Amino acid sequence: MKGVYPILKRELRSYFASPLAYVILVVFQLVSAMFFFLNLKGFLHLQFDPSFQLLREELNLNTVIVIPYFDTMSIVLLFIIPLITMRLLADERKSHTAELLFTSPIKLRSIILGKYLAALILLIIMLCLSSLNIVVLMAHGNPDLGVIFSSYLGLFLLGASFLAIGIFASSLSSSQLVAAVIAFGLLLLLWLVGASSDSDSSIFGYISLISHFKNFGKGIIELKDLAYYLSVIYIGLFLTHTALDSERWR
Amino acid sequence: MIQVQNVSKNYGELVAVDNISFQLQKGDVLGFLGPNGAGKTTTMRIITGYMPPTKGSVYISDIDVFEDPQAAKSHIGYLPENPPLYEDMVVRDYLDFVADIKQVPHKEKNGRIHYVMEKCAIEHVAKRIIGHLSKGYRQRIGIAQALINDPDVLVLDEPTNGLDPMQIIEIRELIQGLSGERTVILSTHILPEVTMICSKVVIINKGKIALEESLERLTNKIDGIENILLKTRYWGEDIQEKIIALPNVSDIRLGISNELIIEPKKGADIREDLTDLVMQNEWGLLEMRPVVHNLEEVFLRVISTQGN
Repeated sequence: MKGVYPILKRELRSYFASPLAYVILVVFQLVSAMFFFLNLKGFLHLQFDPSFQLLREELNLNTVIVIPYFDTMSIVLLFIIPLITMRLLADERKSHTAELLFTSPIKLRSIILGKYLAALILLIIMLCLSSLNIVVLMAHGNPDLGVIFSSYLGLFLLGASFLAIGIFASSLSSSQLVAAVIAFGLLLLLWLVGASSDSDSSIFGYISLISHFKNFGKGIIELKDLAYYLSVIYIGLFLTHTALDSERWR
Repeated sequence: MIQVQNVSKNYGELVAVDNISFQLQKGDVLGFLGPNGAGKTTTMRIITGYMPPTKGSVYISDIDVFEDPQAAKSHIGYLPENPPLYEDMVVRDYLDFVADIKQVPHKEKNGRIHYVMEKCAIEHVAKRIIGHLSKGYRQRIGIAQALINDPDVLVLDEPTNGLDPMQIIEIRELIQGLSGERTVILSTHILPEVTMICSKVVIINKGKIALEESLERLTNKIDGIENILLKTRYWGEDIQEKIIALPNVSDIRLGISNELIIEPKKGADIREDLTDLVMQNEWGLLEMRPVVHNLEEVFLRVISTQGN
C-alpha cells in the first residue's frame, strides 16, 4: 500500500487550497444548524400545546429534535457528497495528471484508496463541526447519548458509502459536472429504490441506502446494517478500480 | 535497455500501432518522428506502461512492463505531451509529491529536488503556484518531474512543444546533458532538433515503422550518392538534354526556383564535367553545390512513399 499517504496528503491539500472545502463545510454547517434550530423551535412550540401533555411519553427531546435532525442530515449529505467526490478522478484526466499517476510505480488501488481516504477525512471534519449543535442540546437538555452515538455512526457510514459511489462516478468522466450529476443520480436512485418498502421485506428495501440508516437513528446498531454499508463501500471502490483499469485496455 | 517487441495497439476498429519492434542500448537517444496521428504518443504510452498493448511486449532493463509494472515504472521518467501538472500546487510541493509517488528514498528526496530544479532552471519559481506560470516554465517543470527519480529511461513526448526559440535551445542543451548515462526517447516535429540531439531515428507512419536508422547513416550516405544543385543564368530547353548526355549523369530534375538537381551515377564525381559544360556553352554559372540529404528530405520521402 505504498503511495496511499502521498496521494492522500496531496488530495487534502488540494481540497483546502481551493475554496471548495471551505464552502462545503460552511454550507453544511449552516444548513444543519438551520434544521436543528427549526426542530428546536418546533419542540418549544409543542410545550405550549395542550395536547402535548397527553403525548408526553412519545414527544421528547429525542423524538422531536434528535431523530428528525439526523434524518435531515442524511438528506443534506445526499446533496453535498457529489460535490466532494466530483473532482477526485475527473480532474486528473482533465489536467492530464492521470498520466503521471498511472505511470508511477504505485498501484492503482493505492491511488483510489488515497483519494477516498482524503474525502473521508473531509466528511469526518464536516460531521465533527455539525456536532456543535448536539453540544448545545446537551448543555440545556438531556438527550439520549446512545441514540446520538449510533446516529453519528450511521451518518458516517452512510456518507462513506456515498463517497464510494461518488468516486466511482468521478472515474467515469473527465468533466466534474458530469461526474457530479452521475453521482447524484446514482445516490438518488439507490435512495428511492427502497422508499416504498421496508428493509426486511424485499430486495429493494435491502439495497436501499436509506432503509439501513433507520435502525441507527433509533439507536440500534445491527451487524447486517454495518455489513451493508461496508459492502457498498467495497463495491464502489472495486467498480472505480475496474472502470479505470478497463479504460486503459480499450 | 529498451526492447519493443511486435507491439500493436487497436482502439476498437482503428489500428493505432501496427506491429512495431525496435531496440535501444544504454546511452542511445532516439528521435521518434512521424506525422500527427502516426502513433507516436500511443507507442510512448505503451512503453511507459500507461496503457497495455493489444499485442506484443515491452521490456525495460529486461523487466516486462506489463508483467511487473511497478518495477519497470521505477526505471522510467515520462513527460507526456501535456505536462502533468497540478495547477493549484506550488512548484516545490509538486516535485515533492512526484518524488513521493515515484518512491524516491526519503534521504535522497531533498537532494533530488534541488538537483532537478537546478538542471531545469526553475529554482527561482520554486515557491510560485504552477497555474500562474508560463508555458516555458510548465514544460521545464514537466521535464523536472520526469527526472526526479533519476530514471534510466527518459521518455519525452514533444519536449520543446510551445517554447520560444531561446527556450528550445535551453531544453535541447538540457536533454543533451542528460543523455549518456540514460536512454532517451523523444518525439518531435522539429527535424533539425533530431539532427542535433539524437543518435538514432525511427520514423513511424500510419502505425508502422517506416524507417529505423542511425543518424550518421541517414544524413551522410543515404544511398551513397550525393546530388548536385546547379543554377545558371541561361535557362533553356536544351540545357537538360545536354546535361543528361554527360557520361556519369543518371538523372536530372527541376529544383524549386529554376535550379537543376543532378543525380550522378554511383560513386562518380561530376562536378568537373558540369563546370566544363557550363563554360563551353557560356550558360553563366551562378551556383553549384552538393545537396546534403537533410532529415527533412528523408522524412518527406519516407512518408510519401509509404503513403503510396
